[in-house]
Amino acid sequence: MRTLAILLWLVLASATQAQPDFDAGQKLFQTHCTVCHGPRGDGGKGTNLAQPRLPRAVDDAALASIIIFGIPGTEMPQTRMTQQQLVNVMAFVRSLGAVPAEPVHGSAQRGEQIYRGKGNCAPCHAIQGRGGTLGPELTDIGMRRGPGYLRESLIDPEAAIPDNFTSYTKVTTLPANFLQVRVMTADGRRYTGARVNEDAFSIQIRDTAGHVESFFKEELQELHKDWGKSPMPSYRELLSAAELDDVVAYLASLRGDR
Amino acid sequence: MNLRALAALTAVPFIACPPLVVPLAAQVTTERILHADHEPGNWLTYSGNYQGHRYSLLDQINTSNVARMKPVWMYQINDLGQFETTPLVVDGILYISEPPSNATALDARTGRPLWMYRRPIPPDVRVCCGQVNRGLAISGDTLYLGTVDAHLIALDARTGHVRWDAVVADYRIGHAITAAPLVVKEKVIVGISGGEYGIRGFLDAYDAETGRRAWRFWTVPGPGEPGHATWAGDSWKTGGAPTWVTGSYDPFLNLLYWGTGNPGPDYNGGPRQGDNLFANSILAIDPDTGKLRWHFQFTPHDVHDWDANHVPVLVDATVRGRARKAVAVANRNSFYYVLDRVTGEFLLGTPFAKQTWAKGLNDRGRPVLLEGKSPSLEGTMVYPGLHGGTNWFSPSYSTQTGLFYVAAREEATSFYLGVPEYYPSNFFSAGGFRGIHGLEPWGAVRALEIATGKQVWEFPLHSPPWSGLLTTAGGMVFGGANEGHFFALNAANGKPLWRFPTGGPIQSNPVSFLSNGKQLISVAAGHALFAFGQ
Repeated sequence: MRTLAILLWLVLASATQAQPDFDAGQKLFQTHCTVCHGPRGDGGKGTNLAQPRLPRAVDDAALASIIIFGIPGTEMPQTRMTQQQLVNVMAFVRSLGAVPAEPVHGSAQRGEQIYRGKGNCAPCHAIQGRGGTLGPELTDIGMRRGPGYLRESLIDPEAAIPDNFTSYTKVTTLPANFLQVRVMTADGRRYTGARVNEDAFSIQIRDTAGHVESFFKEELQELHKDWGKSPMPSYRELLSAAELDDVVAYLASLRGDR
Repeated sequence: MNLRALAALTAVPFIACPPLVVPLAAQVTTERILHADHEPGNWLTYSGNYQGHRYSLLDQINTSNVARMKPVWMYQINDLGQFETTPLVVDGILYISEPPSNATALDARTGRPLWMYRRPIPPDVRVCCGQVNRGLAISGDTLYLGTVDAHLIALDARTGHVRWDAVVADYRIGHAITAAPLVVKEKVIVGISGGEYGIRGFLDAYDAETGRRAWRFWTVPGPGEPGHATWAGDSWKTGGAPTWVTGSYDPFLNLLYWGTGNPGPDYNGGPRQGDNLFANSILAIDPDTGKLRWHFQFTPHDVHDWDANHVPVLVDATVRGRARKAVAVANRNSFYYVLDRVTGEFLLGTPFAKQTWAKGLNDRGRPVLLEGKSPSLEGTMVYPGLHGGTNWFSPSYSTQTGLFYVAAREEATSFYLGVPEYYPSNFFSAGGFRGIHGLEPWGAVRALEIATGKQVWEFPLHSPPWSGLLTTAGGMVFGGANEGHFFALNAANGKPLWRFPTGGPIQSNPVSFLSNGKQLISVAAGHALFAFGQ
């Protein structure tokens, strides 16, 4: 009933308002929302809004309902707004997860062949739950990243290593920055891999074969964290310019909808 | 439930032991709290004593045997909110608060509930940072609970039944109570939350017997009151300065010491030019009258949300060559301060965590600001971040080692400038924050010399902590980590002695007490209260 009321309200609002005022929406967002959702909407104390699909707000009626009524039992409060303000801030929120429209030149079909063949990407990345686990999951990477970012990640993987420190979290349960870690145990065994998790007393890493190893720090002779390093190779020399275009086209086509 | 029935119940699981009749009629007089050190088997007030020490004189569990410590019971709550309680312990019974504004009495021996008070919370309650509660206060056989809908409730400690229910403020415009009250003589002192909703902050005292308000001290002075000129225009009306962490009390000076939070709006100081007294301050207040004796402002005209809501630690120490009645505070702005608690005179201040916003403090303790550290449209990176070099969770002072212990946070954030727009009941923040790409925050337990702030040792933590500390006469510091470890360190050198992975982030303060003559250590972790013993 509440959602219906909001929907009705929106219809009325859209009838009287041809275009939402995007800049006014941004200003409202800064006033009411950034303290929890971050200045760029990519999360903080509140959820990440800079994603193409908002699980709790799949349509505008749901989004409007959340803004006006909050989410009971969470820190998302009610917020009083006029119809016009609501339409404005919703337009801004919807823009946050939009991937920039950039031209894609290659062939997604050829790109998939390179991904699985010459590029050898699958041992480290998974799509729809199939593939390796050393690097980020790519099922809907085309919705989350634009072609420019994808190309840069292929050419210079260390240019922007993803992490979950940028969008502020009060307590980080899993440190998702794929930090490369090298350890040597008390008996001289060496391991290299991506950090899966860590606490004050222990660390868990995943090696290139996908095996998870767990160590208590007091049992280690050495523990090195290779900040800024990525186990992913640069494809600048490994692939031709046309092949890079194809892989970018393939990745851009991955929208989680298979 | 009558005592006979209770005794029958408690007898069932302890076939080998005589049944214990739990006395459900605690009588906690002010005398008992004043002399809390005489009965270390109990935990009678939020910080264990009025001085804010969170130090237990119990030493059954000590550096030589703590390795054998293990969980003896767990009590799980049924709410998924953050569980920040400090239990009170009186003669074999724990009194805890649970989120959002509930209370439960637990048998200290078994962790079994003896009664539960469950308060329905209106759906339109506004609390910036979670519907939490940090604990109760007790006087006689009455417990006091602040609620997120801004009531102060008196409960019969024997049954959990409501004795009185006082409206402290209007929750619909952002007032809430999350702090444990403090009982001083015949009054219940309670602080308010709501600094992110444009409230005008205050500290209240209520008659413990009747619930009638005895006094209110406005932490944002009105027209004609001292300090009012530090607010431009009408900005004082939405000035914040909440009082959401329990203070300390000196019975000899008869003074309360209580911290205040950020001014509103948080990140944009434009509309509130001036120092914004008494935000980000420590106040010394006469508990009989509510009159301000002195104040000290740590962060004038704060634009980084560095509330000064901390437990002040009262110590008598030689500072700069002279014996002082002192109050020590490790502040969210990353400086450790020692003040004269008789006069408020600044004695020393030195960073205990990384800071990049001030050149230092002048000889009166006022920060000498660095340029370009205010929030900006493009973001300004500053240490400490918005959650500070430490936060609300308690420090500890060990009379055994003479050291001050603080859980420190090493975390920068980028501060953004937003547009302030006040509407009653709406968030009033005017900005935001982000973490720093590629810069992983961390934390540490640090031991400081009380009179100099000099670091004696540190124990690193993987991430910036949200758990307070407890020291004991067993020579240890107990602390908690976000990753779930509850741990014991050697208080003299910081070496880890024991740990237990609780499985949930620890965002509370530990306590210690006796149960059936045996020492237990208790802490809330995740959504459970743990009791550890041998």
